[in-house]
Amino acid sequence: MKPWLAVAATVAALGIVPALLPAFYVTLFGYVGLASLVALGLVLLTGISGQTSFGQASFVGLAAYATTLLTKFAGAPPIAGLVVGLAVTGSVAWLLGLITARLSGHFLALVSVAWGISFFSLFGTIPLLRGFNGIGGIPPLTLGALSAANPRVNLAVIWAVVAAIMLLSANLLDSRIGRAIRTLNGARLMGESVGIDTARLSRAVFVIAALYAGLAGFLFAHFQRFISPTPFSLGASIDYLFMVIIGGAAFLWGAPVGAILVVVLRDQFNDWIPRLTGQPGDYEALVFSLVVILLLQRAPGGLMPLLLRLRPRKRPDVAAETASDATPALSIAPTGAPTGAPTGAPTAAAGAPGPELLAVESVTRHFGGLAANQDVSFAVRAGEIVALIGPNGAGKTTLFNVISGVLPPSAGRVRLFGTAGGHLAPRRIAALGLARTFQHVKLLGGRSVLENVALGAHASGRAGVLRCMLRLDRKEERRILADARAQATLVGLGDVLDRPAGDLPLGQQRVVEIARALCLRPRLLLLDEPAAGLRLQEKQRLALLLGQLRAEGMGVLLVEHDMDFVMQLADRVVVMDFGQKISEGLPAQVQADPLVREAYLGSVA
Amino acid sequence: MTTPPLLALDGLRAGYGRVEVLHGVSLTVPEGRMVAMVGPNGAGKSTLMSAVMGLLPRRGGTVRYRDAPAGSTGQMVAAGALLVPESRALFTDMSVEDNLLLGFLRRRRAGERDVRGAMAEVFAIFPRLAERRRQLAGTLSGGERQMLALGRALMGGPRLLLLDEPSLGLAPLIVREIFRVLAELRGRGLSILLVEQNVRAALQISDYGYVLELGQVVAEGPSATLAADPRVVETYLGQRRRDV
Amino acid sequence: MDPFIFFALLQDGITTGAIYLLLAIGLLIVFSATRVIFVPQGDLLAFGALTAAGLQSGHVPATLWLLDGLSAAALLASLTGGVRAAGRALLVWGVYPAVVSLASVWLARREIPAVSILLALAIVTPMGPLIWRFAYRPMADASVLALLILSMALHFVLIGLGLVFFGPEEASVPALSTANFTIGALDISGQSLCVLGAAVALVVGLGWFFGATVQGKALRAAASDPLGARLVGIDAGATGSLAFGLAAFIAALAGVLIGALTPLSYDAGFEIGLKGFVAAIMGGLVSYPMAAAGALLVGVLESLGSFWASAYREVIVFTLLIPVLLWLSLRRGSDEDRA
Repeated sequence: MKPWLAVAATVAALGIVPALLPAFYVTLFGYVGLASLVALGLVLLTGISGQTSFGQASFVGLAAYATTLLTKFAGAPPIAGLVVGLAVTGSVAWLLGLITARLSGHFLALVSVAWGISFFSLFGTIPLLRGFNGIGGIPPLTLGALSAANPRVNLAVIWAVVAAIMLLSANLLDSRIGRAIRTLNGARLMGESVGIDTARLSRAVFVIAALYAGLAGFLFAHFQRFISPTPFSLGASIDYLFMVIIGGAAFLWGAPVGAILVVVLRDQFNDWIPRLTGQPGDYEALVFSLVVILLLQRAPGGLMPLLLRLRPRKRPDVAAETASDATPALSIAPTGAPTGAPTGAPTAAAGAPGPELLAVESVTRHFGGLAANQDVSFAVRAGEIVALIGPNGAGKTTLFNVISGVLPPSAGRVRLFGTAGGHLAPRRIAALGLARTFQHVKLLGGRSVLENVALGAHASGRAGVLRCMLRLDRKEERRILADARAQATLVGLGDVLDRPAGDLPLGQQRVVEIARALCLRPRLLLLDEPAAGLRLQEKQRLALLLGQLRAEGMGVLLVEHDMDFVMQLADRVVVMDFGQKISEGLPAQVQADPLVREAYLGSVA
Repeated sequence: MTTPPLLALDGLRAGYGRVEVLHGVSLTVPEGRMVAMVGPNGAGKSTLMSAVMGLLPRRGGTVRYRDAPAGSTGQMVAAGALLVPESRALFTDMSVEDNLLLGFLRRRRAGERDVRGAMAEVFAIFPRLAERRRQLAGTLSGGERQMLALGRALMGGPRLLLLDEPSLGLAPLIVREIFRVLAELRGRGLSILLVEQNVRAALQISDYGYVLELGQVVAEGPSATLAADPRVVETYLGQRRRDV
Repeated sequence: MDPFIFFALLQDGITTGAIYLLLAIGLLIVFSATRVIFVPQGDLLAFGALTAAGLQSGHVPATLWLLDGLSAAALLASLTGGVRAAGRALLVWGVYPAVVSLASVWLARREIPAVSILLALAIVTPMGPLIWRFAYRPMADASVLALLILSMALHFVLIGLGLVFFGPEEASVPALSTANFTIGALDISGQSLCVLGAAVALVVGLGWFFGATVQGKALRAAASDPLGARLVGIDAGATGSLAFGLAAFIAALAGVLIGALTPLSYDAGFEIGLKGFVAAIMGGLVSYPMAAAGALLVGVLESLGSFWASAYREVIVFTLLIPVLLWLSLRRGSDEDRA
């Protein structure tokens, strides 16, 4: 596999080449490797899942002190130090994650500053740790008869670990869990709607990042063989973050790139600036920080995107793009008959009433003093399409959110699939067999259509973090991807599977959401304005698809403003205005209802 | 035509991210007239307002205001183009009076000092606001919020008033009240671009109307003519497939 | 515990708590108007204290040259903005720094405490808007987190400059009052009263500014509804400038106040600023009264902590955050999917 080879070769080069260099560089590149480890954790945490920690150096310190105490004072083998060190860092991170779990990003960041300072202060004051005098004479790494006392051997060990962690991280990102992690960054609602426990997952990412830092701490203690609180300060934590930002937070390669740059730049500034200014000042931090600010302003995505641009790469040219734009999204061969043939006659729907899937019973939802929904009741049965319509601000989207568990009702209840109707979290409702799309499309814009669709199959997989890292999830992953490909092809996205979802026209993006929803194998499908932005032909194909799903026994509830679409497709129409149901019935009945006409066209003032 | 229109759009294109919402819209608002832009949800009406005001980048075509190319939002406001957005965008944690006071900011910069007089005018139009002058804007009812939003714009002494769905989410009685005020403002010769879902009311009080569908103008004409056009009803309720 | 010691500690705690309160207010103003978490505010505090100390010892402080340099840059940059903008800029970034520079050079030798303090405020306050102009404004659309990282980098820049300007030595600001009052058996220091008085005056002054002036209301409006603010013609650049100016003024004021109680070095501001953060976070970054309560609590706890377990003082203060955060996190739902 090519990426594997590339990673292994580059990292090996970074580890081996400096080993031939003078001793000074051995130390320098050792630090680069260790910093890369911490930064890799931050890429997962900050770049991929959108959380920020200013406290990673504390985790490095926790593991470093743990292994030091065990190996130096208790005479345990380094492997014990590794296990205990990781256990300590992992549990501390888990606890911290628990505390900050539900707070937004900048709170976590600020709190991490606090614990960064607290741990640093503890490292400096707990008598056992010997304060700033530090602890020397830490034994080198040994494994049986092998010893890494030689710094060059040690360097190789460090970079081997970096290579391994990079591979594991790359594996993780290219898996079921990896896709789920990406929803943590600004698309949690969507994540929950496909059954992802986002709170738990974001805690897991936090712990993983801490464990990477802990691993670096363990290696650091046995590499340098002396530790003191200084390298675990808040300043060090901030440096790790700078590395990731400079390198490119969204890329695994951003970690080593940033680590090399920061470590080497700092070293060079230390060397050159005193010579230029003629005095041994602390200008290096000043100059370095100014460079960081300039980079933040000029290259907010870091250096990786710039490096990637240098690499010649085949890009889809404009002609190809417009050509595929012209292909209708839903390419199920249109039959001769126009859409909605099965529902042509108002009586057709009454013919096959399936079991009741959804019962909305007297649902009221208040926002402050405002009633967005007032005593709304209706039902959706298997094998029917119900349209929910009404003017802007009628409360349709609120009702959708109540049904899908995003909002609890203020009064009344929603009974799904014959359950008792207590309020359930969206991911539980998803597991029961309800899938939804969003009015404002929620996709991972930078990821491929296939990956986006595969998110829908998340709940059908079982592989956890470890299995994904170790590639033990391949059989399951193949099944998920095959499933996603099948659903995407079904709705006509077969030609654009590998395009970034964000590049598609809005209409097609909506279709991607439908394919994602279908991957959940739902019994009930909630569609929020599925036809908005579709061309006429695409609409007809969407109608045909929905008709097929209905024929297979699926229930569909849709909010839609395109009345031609609604009137031709729906078996029944529920009309809302000012949060209340004002009409319900067959399309033609509803169209003729004077209350509906007034709601839509307004009364004469 | 000897005098150029107050606002003139020619082939305006605009959108969000990679998605284009307006595919070349042309319209004019002559001085002293009320022009209605109607159309179903998702037609691009709010996008149009944002693009005119410079809240969204204008990607193609031209927008001319007061016979000069339209500038940034700040410049448009300074030149008297005042928008009442669909969200109302009130300062909810400030009092009714403070909201109105901030509406006067534009005139204050131009050297005017008579806030009290301006406020009295607004209170004369919306007596309800006078009763609630010390109340926080966030505690107002939906109708009162719309009145305040309108009042705040009037405090700025608009040359062109842009109203985005002023009747949205309001009870019929309040809608009538709002439209009464709009008719009164039109009577005073204020230039207004009105975006509305409430087709009948909008076409009843305006001089000229445009129907927007999927980012394009599909029909236009004097409001009275447009109101009688069956195509307008169809864009809202869909085609009647069978006569019941 | 001896009640007299307790009282002394309490007095200390309330005094430093008042300083934290000032900083918390500055942070909240900046955050609500611009979404910037203004970490370098603490460094401006140190600038304020050390500039006053420098002037008082007869030196023209290097912060003055920083002000002049940044002002000149702002003046140059404004030349592209048309005649009217350039005219205003000339007044703000040309005349003002020139006057302050002349006054500093002329008055520094006289070593009058009140003058040194006023000049320090005059020098440090404009750095707020200048920092906004050159550091934050170019990335005004970035996420809160990106802005926070920028703040951290800026903090290091200011620390670096602080070291260059003032050297590593600590310095004290002249006290506004050296009096000591005795009520019964209790000693109350005049400077503590000055700090409290200044804090109260500032809170009242800001209350007036935000409650009764158009500029203050415009700033509140920009925080309340950015779209609404743009639509009534409130310029985001001007609001940002004002917010940062207020924060810098508050920081400098806090600096000259606390600098009289305890000698400060160039890097002492960060931790003081962080305590202000702890207070601001207790207010959920939105509530002023909660932040005030938090500030006093932090001050008193720190003071008592330094008596019982001085080595663990920092840990105690930051551990205080944990229950607060738990409460905050239980009270509000997750605010996900909000940009």
